[in-house]
Amino acid sequence: MQRILIRLFTMLITLFGVAVVVFIVIRIAPGDPIAMMLPPGATDEDVARLRALYGLDKSLLEQFFVWFGGIIQGDFGTSISLRQDVLGLVLNRLPATLELSLFALLIALSIGGPLAIWGARERGTSIEAGIDIANGAALSIPDFLWGLVLILTFGVLIPVFGISGRVSPRLDLPFVSQFYLFESFFRLRFDLTKDLLSHMFMPALALALPLAAIISQLLKQSLKEVMDLDYVVLARVKGFSETQVILREALKNAALPTLTLIGVQFTFLIGGTVIIERLFSYEGIGNMAIDAVINRDLPLIQGIVLVFALLFVLVNLAVDMTYTLLNPRLRNA
Amino acid sequence: MPSEHTRPHRFNTRLWLAGGWLLFALALALLAPWIAPHDPLAQDLLYGRLPPFWSEGAEPGLWLGTDSLGRDLLSRLIYGGRIAFMVAFAAATAACLVGSTLGLIAGYFGGWPDRIISRIVDIWMSFPPVLFAILLVAVLGTGLHSVIIAIAVIDWTRFCRVIRAEAMVQSRMDYVESARIAGFGRIGIMIKEVLPNVMPSIIALLSLEMGIAIIVEAILSFVNLSIATDDPTWGGLIAEGRLSIHQAWWVLVFPLIALFLTVLSFSQLGEGLKQRFDPILR
Amino acid sequence: MTPCLTITNLSATLPGGARVLRDVSLDVNPGEVRALVGESGAGKSMIGKAILGVLPSSVRQVSGEIFLDGQDLGALSASKRRILVGANVALIPQDPLTALNPSRRIGSQMTDQLIKILGWNSAKAYTRIRQLLDEVQIRDRERVLRSYPHELSGGMRQRVLIATAFAAEPKLIVADEPTTALDVTVQKQILRLIATMQRQHATAILFVTHDLGVVAKISQQVTVLYGGMIIEQAGVSDLFADPQHAYTRALLRATPRYNDPDARVEPVQPDVLAGLQNELAANDHAWEKHLG
Repeated sequence: MQRILIRLFTMLITLFGVAVVVFIVIRIAPGDPIAMMLPPGATDEDVARLRALYGLDKSLLEQFFVWFGGIIQGDFGTSISLRQDVLGLVLNRLPATLELSLFALLIALSIGGPLAIWGARERGTSIEAGIDIANGAALSIPDFLWGLVLILTFGVLIPVFGISGRVSPRLDLPFVSQFYLFESFFRLRFDLTKDLLSHMFMPALALALPLAAIISQLLKQSLKEVMDLDYVVLARVKGFSETQVILREALKNAALPTLTLIGVQFTFLIGGTVIIERLFSYEGIGNMAIDAVINRDLPLIQGIVLVFALLFVLVNLAVDMTYTLLNPRLRNA
Repeated sequence: MPSEHTRPHRFNTRLWLAGGWLLFALALALLAPWIAPHDPLAQDLLYGRLPPFWSEGAEPGLWLGTDSLGRDLLSRLIYGGRIAFMVAFAAATAACLVGSTLGLIAGYFGGWPDRIISRIVDIWMSFPPVLFAILLVAVLGTGLHSVIIAIAVIDWTRFCRVIRAEAMVQSRMDYVESARIAGFGRIGIMIKEVLPNVMPSIIALLSLEMGIAIIVEAILSFVNLSIATDDPTWGGLIAEGRLSIHQAWWVLVFPLIALFLTVLSFSQLGEGLKQRFDPILR
Repeated sequence: MTPCLTITNLSATLPGGARVLRDVSLDVNPGEVRALVGESGAGKSMIGKAILGVLPSSVRQVSGEIFLDGQDLGALSASKRRILVGANVALIPQDPLTALNPSRRIGSQMTDQLIKILGWNSAKAYTRIRQLLDEVQIRDRERVLRSYPHELSGGMRQRVLIATAFAAEPKLIVADEPTTALDVTVQKQILRLIATMQRQHATAILFVTHDLGVVAKISQQVTVLYGGMIIEQAGVSDLFADPQHAYTRALLRATPRYNDPDARVEPVQPDVLAGLQNELAANDHAWEKHLG
């Protein structure tokens, strides 16, 4: 319990730090966003009025506290380029990014986990060596390049998946929330689920491949370490097969050290959505963030970066709690 | 076990392949003005989207075909390498200097310098790196310098984290203790005793970081935020290729291959150098 | 009476070709305890591992047969062998601290073989386990069943492992130095417990140890090993009364006697060791000839 409280506290400090850094970085930007918003013939008076409207006429410190006070009350300000509430914009796009990230995590786990188990079972053979080489390649190539490779192979050479957007534009969407994938599933509209998945599959796979390699590598390593321990040998003596031994005895203990690293890597994956969404024209907050930067939309950039930072610390918190939950020693302590 | 025996050999082969490609690509980039068959900026709309030499409709002399404006792809690729390598060397070195110094200080001294540096690293790690890079370049204004600064500002944490952990281990070793008893100063020990022992990791990370820097530059070019001029970049070629993917796949494929091989080589080189220099693994 | 375990001419090698077991042949009759004695590296644990099919990956069995109740294990497929050995042979491991999975409750670890391999239903398995926990004199058995290993002492964990080993009524138990890792005070209790359980269940035990003092207390038959080679085999009273081999005599002299603590304890003499080296060399020579 105390562990988690300390964790929550450092989390808040980190978020505050992020807020300060974003704020400062954006304010040192040359170029006036207000001037960009107005038509060429605008008077100085118009500029001053807009400046006051967005609070840009106050001192930096004042601006910061106004902005930060707003955030605490859930007011992230108004987007300059889209003239809408930042929080509303972000919340509208966030589900798409969350669905993409979680789907990618799922793919990474379902590729990396079985590969690790297979590799541990066949330890010391050429199968394991092959898995090592595949891991090495998947790890050295970042998601951006995987995305491009996938676009070329499955978008152009063998066009089986969608390479742009979140859903086919011709479809009628009955959704009330932005969690299209979940909602299509619960509404039993599997035709829509299929269309959504076929659009998500390639960006998710591009995001998942480096993570899958890390999971496979780390988990295989810790499985191999656990496989020679006495209690695993005892399970073999009892008559359990190699696969049963891995699943029943080794996996849980081997998963613990892997878990913390997956947490950090998952935040990298979420960070990767920014460019992958752009690459696949997927309408999540990452894609919106790039537009916001190009349009110098200060409030929107601030809001999005804060949401990303919040996601990152939440993932770390979740990992920490899962770790405690899975480890009986920590749980009782 | 047999794998124990084959391992060093295999790594050497990889090291040579990776080093070979990098030297080749670097030579092409350096000698671009003498090697490139055409002016990378010369447009010729009559020759737009010509396929590479082995396909039907290819024009002799335009080996890898042309883009939508009829510019020679091979020449653009060779010139693009100049920017890629420039960014790789400059940004990685800058990130390495900042990150390794801070990591060494945090790991060796511990205490409050460590606490402050670690907290800053935590904050830095809470930014999505790509978004951070785009933001910085937008703030600093496009251009080669901005790209280099942005990458260094973001990626110093990679060096800092690893070097901090290693310096921490080293500083608890007996030899550091005996150097202190012998009367050497703390900073002297840090530079003379600890630094050489973390050097293999620094070199390996440096090589990895060069690959990463090239990718980041490509990403920035891809969202049109890298260098402002018309100079060709690999990312810019990829962005163009992505747009005309259904009409001219080669505009995407060739820069992608160049990027792929270069990034893979840098990471293999880093991996191989680490094995080479690490006294324990060797 | 068929022996419950027969090993004939068992040899095993390390990757370089060095032998860790040299033509080992021995029997264990039903309900009998045979001690395997030797210093570390004598190959005594390897014999147990070979029977159980858990030899380290670097060690290869190159000759010999292992018969369980007359059934040649080498003739079975890997999965048949695994299940046959699992059902009929149990292991009491050396170190109770590492032989239990830290993340699973004791109850689940004690019943998993009964349920998953032998196909018992859960209620029957738990009844059986409770009965055995009583036999190994664990008083608050319900708490123990719910515990994780780190919540129990070393002695308690070894009792749990002993109970687990006897749970499926195996015909043979391999006890791999089951008291070595324990406190001296606990060692005696555990040894006595194993002896009692063995008599009650009439289970044959292959008892691996380096301690001749323990051998005298628990076993009927003794096999003395050196360098993977059998030096001498005899009934326990014969061996103690009239050891045939110089090495056995030296071992006996090197063992402190509980009934006569003042007796002189002598280290094994160099001439005895030299004799052993000669025997090993001769054995190597014969082996090379055999390989051609």
